[in-house]
Amino acid sequence: MSNLVFEGAKGHDHGHDHEHDHGHHDAGEMKIYGFWIYLMTDCILFASIFAIYAVLVNNVAGGPSGHDIFELPYVLGETACLLLSSITYGFAMLAMHKGNKSGVLGWLFVTFLFGLGFIGMEINEFHLLISEGYGPNRSGFLSAFFTLVGTHGVHVTSGLIWMAIMMYQVSKNGLTSTNQTRLSMLSLFWHFLDVVWICVFTVVYLMGTI
Amino acid sequence: MANSHQSHDDSSHGSFKSYMVGFVLSIILTAIPFGLVMFPTISKVATLWIVLIFAVVQVLVHLVYFLHLDRSAAQRNNVIAFAFATLVILLLVGLSVWIMFSIHTFMMAK
Amino acid sequence: MFGKLSLDAIPFHEPIVMITIAMIAIGGAAVFGLITYFKKWTYLWTEWLTSVDHKKIGVMYIIIAMVMLLRGFADAIMMRSQLALATEGSPGYLPPEHYDQIFTAHGVIMIIFMAMPFFTGLMNIVLPLQIGARDVAFPFLNSLSLYLLISGVVLVNVSLGVGEFARTGWVAYPPLSELGYSPGVGVDYYIWALQLSGLGTTLTGVNFLVTVLKMRTPGMKLMDMPIFTWTCTWANVLIVASFPILTGTLAFLTLDRYLDFHIFTNELGGNPMMYVNLFWAWGHPEVYILILPAFGVFSEVISTFTGKRLFGHHSMIYASGAISILGFMVWLHHFFTMGSGASVNAFFGLATMLISIPTGVKLFNWLFTIYQGRLRFTAPVCWTLGFMVTFSIGGMTGVLLAIPGADFVLHNSLFVIAHFHNVIIGGAVFGYIAGFAFWFPKAFGFKLNEKWGKAAFWFWISGFYVAFMPLYALGFMGMTRRLNTTDNPDWTPYLHVAFWGAALIMVGIACQLIQIYVSIRDREQNRDLTGDPWNGHTLEWSTSSPPPFYNFAELPKANEIDAFYAAKRDGEAYSVPAKYSDIHMPNNTATGLVMGALLTVFGFAMIWHIFWLAGVSLVGTIVYFVIHAARDDQGYMVPASEVARIEGEQHKILASVRNAQANTPVNKLEQA
Repeated sequence: MSNLVFEGAKGHDHGHDHEHDHGHHDAGEMKIYGFWIYLMTDCILFASIFAIYAVLVNNVAGGPSGHDIFELPYVLGETACLLLSSITYGFAMLAMHKGNKSGVLGWLFVTFLFGLGFIGMEINEFHLLISEGYGPNRSGFLSAFFTLVGTHGVHVTSGLIWMAIMMYQVSKNGLTSTNQTRLSMLSLFWHFLDVVWICVFTVVYLMGTI
Repeated sequence: MANSHQSHDDSSHGSFKSYMVGFVLSIILTAIPFGLVMFPTISKVATLWIVLIFAVVQVLVHLVYFLHLDRSAAQRNNVIAFAFATLVILLLVGLSVWIMFSIHTFMMAK
Repeated sequence: MFGKLSLDAIPFHEPIVMITIAMIAIGGAAVFGLITYFKKWTYLWTEWLTSVDHKKIGVMYIIIAMVMLLRGFADAIMMRSQLALATEGSPGYLPPEHYDQIFTAHGVIMIIFMAMPFFTGLMNIVLPLQIGARDVAFPFLNSLSLYLLISGVVLVNVSLGVGEFARTGWVAYPPLSELGYSPGVGVDYYIWALQLSGLGTTLTGVNFLVTVLKMRTPGMKLMDMPIFTWTCTWANVLIVASFPILTGTLAFLTLDRYLDFHIFTNELGGNPMMYVNLFWAWGHPEVYILILPAFGVFSEVISTFTGKRLFGHHSMIYASGAISILGFMVWLHHFFTMGSGASVNAFFGLATMLISIPTGVKLFNWLFTIYQGRLRFTAPVCWTLGFMVTFSIGGMTGVLLAIPGADFVLHNSLFVIAHFHNVIIGGAVFGYIAGFAFWFPKAFGFKLNEKWGKAAFWFWISGFYVAFMPLYALGFMGMTRRLNTTDNPDWTPYLHVAFWGAALIMVGIACQLIQIYVSIRDREQNRDLTGDPWNGHTLEWSTSSPPPFYNFAELPKANEIDAFYAAKRDGEAYSVPAKYSDIHMPNNTATGLVMGALLTVFGFAMIWHIFWLAGVSLVGTIVYFVIHAARDDQGYMVPASEVARIEGEQHKILASVRNAQANTPVNKLEQA
């Protein structure tokens, strides 16, 4: 941010400082790029959890395996929630680029509901498993399952909290350049979580049932 | 006041059409694997391959249509970062699985 | 209400610890008292603690590193003296439960709380200046990273007086680190100190990568950047790629310990060896993170003090890159003996040996830089030459260990200890001390005392050899690591010699402390008035010492390697611009400090199972951050007139220096 030279009242002096007329856009772009790199670190974090899952998937310790506990129609429902939430966030971003504040708020709200639906379904799934005695402390496989799916769920929940805050900020202050930058970062976060979910339902649920 | 001109915005944004294309492709790439596993039709090995390949393709669909990664100069830094992260992930998961599987074989862990 | 915490947590029955705590308390009270007496609290708060200036943050990192060097070294002296005393059946003075905490703390402190902050501090001060930038990409995040490190430091030091530290070694392998064998709070202190400081490091990695990619002065191409900046960049690439693995691994151990998961346990289907695998998948890149910036320091020091451009600028960049990438394919060499078989061992052994090739390229580049140059034997150069010899030996023992067959005999022996101290001390520590001496004038405006600097060097290097060469021999003779007593009479003389080596290093450290005192006392005689005390090549030397808070009134021109050398060559250095412009700067903020403090409380609460407090402090941290973000602080403008005034003062000083050196230009360009 401080690499920008803001001219005094005398007007532009281009010299070799050709960035200053891009003003805040550059700061926003930098933030978005920094956030992207953070997302890459998050990818690697998830990769280590996937590695754990791959190693522990067959360690059922006499308890249930994936085949015994996974219900694919239910997971399809969760997947639909998340995928729909991704597209509705996309619509929110389209509204943002058109400067349509109420459109942004509306689509964010729909996204939030889909995300909440996903989390609700997941909490329900976890609750059922734990009450049957198939919680994470039952076996290495279940520990890995709960860690992987649970970490994804914690990320989604964090995204929902962030989304709620953004809805408040946008309704209060409008589509300022700061809010737009933050909505862009949340957009990356939200789509990235859907990407991780693709890997989760493939590696955990589908491969666990084949 | 909406700051709506995005001529310099490097994180390129999609259009309604591109989001819908991505959405429809994702639905197809999700439905088929789920269908093949829920209603076993072909061999297990074939099902596994299709499931895996469709997952990879759907990830790419998301990257292109939702995360707007492409070959433009504006996205280059993002693509490089992503490619590097992919390399690290392949090394981490691939080598870890090789190591742990070998240990399992040689140490005859239960 | 207080979880597991009670007054029993304070080790009243351990005199050594109680005396240490008393000394720390007295010392701390003295510092507080002095600050109060000189009425410096406001100054400290506004100029340092809430600063988002990378130069100030860097200084604070280095101060922390040096204080932790003393604590880590105290651990070392205790270990060496114990081993020198506890030979042939005698028990020494440290009971095993205490000794185990000492070697664990020694490793954790030296790696995570001495070496990492030292390099982070140097990078903070120097890198933005070297690329002609006014700040890092995310100044607030920079402050937060510092306070996350401080959280870790506080927790590690509190563990001394409240509870205990881990007894597992710095790697904390399960099942020893699981609840069954470590039911106390020690491993939890370890986990939370590393998680908090690790998060800070990851944020630093992101911050500096974006800075290098987006904030270089116009015209500076990536391949033109100085080599210190490049090696730090590769280190940051390694940080963002490897630290998430540590975050995950520690989180898995946390889930096992707190929520009865079975990821690494022996029972119910856990796999302890997966911890070892993942830990080292982080741990090996970590040691390259430690060494690469030191390599960068050596490049800068050698090229500056021979007066020549660094030989092979481009190959240096590629070699560092090769080291980084290869560094992701070698981690199994830390556990050849864990049973993965010949194929796996061969692959990783070969990859490990390959790393010596790009490292050799770098070494030869330094030698070729010196060749036919006129090397000035300043203290930084002494450290550099000492590094070249010492690190080469350490590297060679590393290649030896890379042969799985040899490693089967030497794994976990003192040979390994000697090897990694050889490369870490000879490489990283020597490098950071050299960097400290090299850039000290830039940060503070006066040079360090050369005599005491060289004395420190000679004691350090002789002490290193006397302390660690016997350990190579002991490794061959079968002595394993982490022993607190020995009973083999053949080993005793070597253990005695090693102790005296540690004593020599202690004298070296004393010389460094004296050097700082003497340098501050004599600062007026050693002022760096021009900002370029060594006839440097890179842009940091074009600023005053210390630089103005905005670094550059006008973004410098950089069209080739060694931009400042080029400017001096073309007669364009120190030009006064036609007019000055307003400069946009970020505001100070207390948010990093507050978040760090709350997270420290969070860590402490988690350690002691005071879960209500953990929840409150975590929520408080998030809420405070959201409030900070909602404020959307856009910084402030420094008026052009203020910039002109500050620049004018420096130009007056430059002019008077020029006049004092009658008729000769300020910076004679020494040609090789």
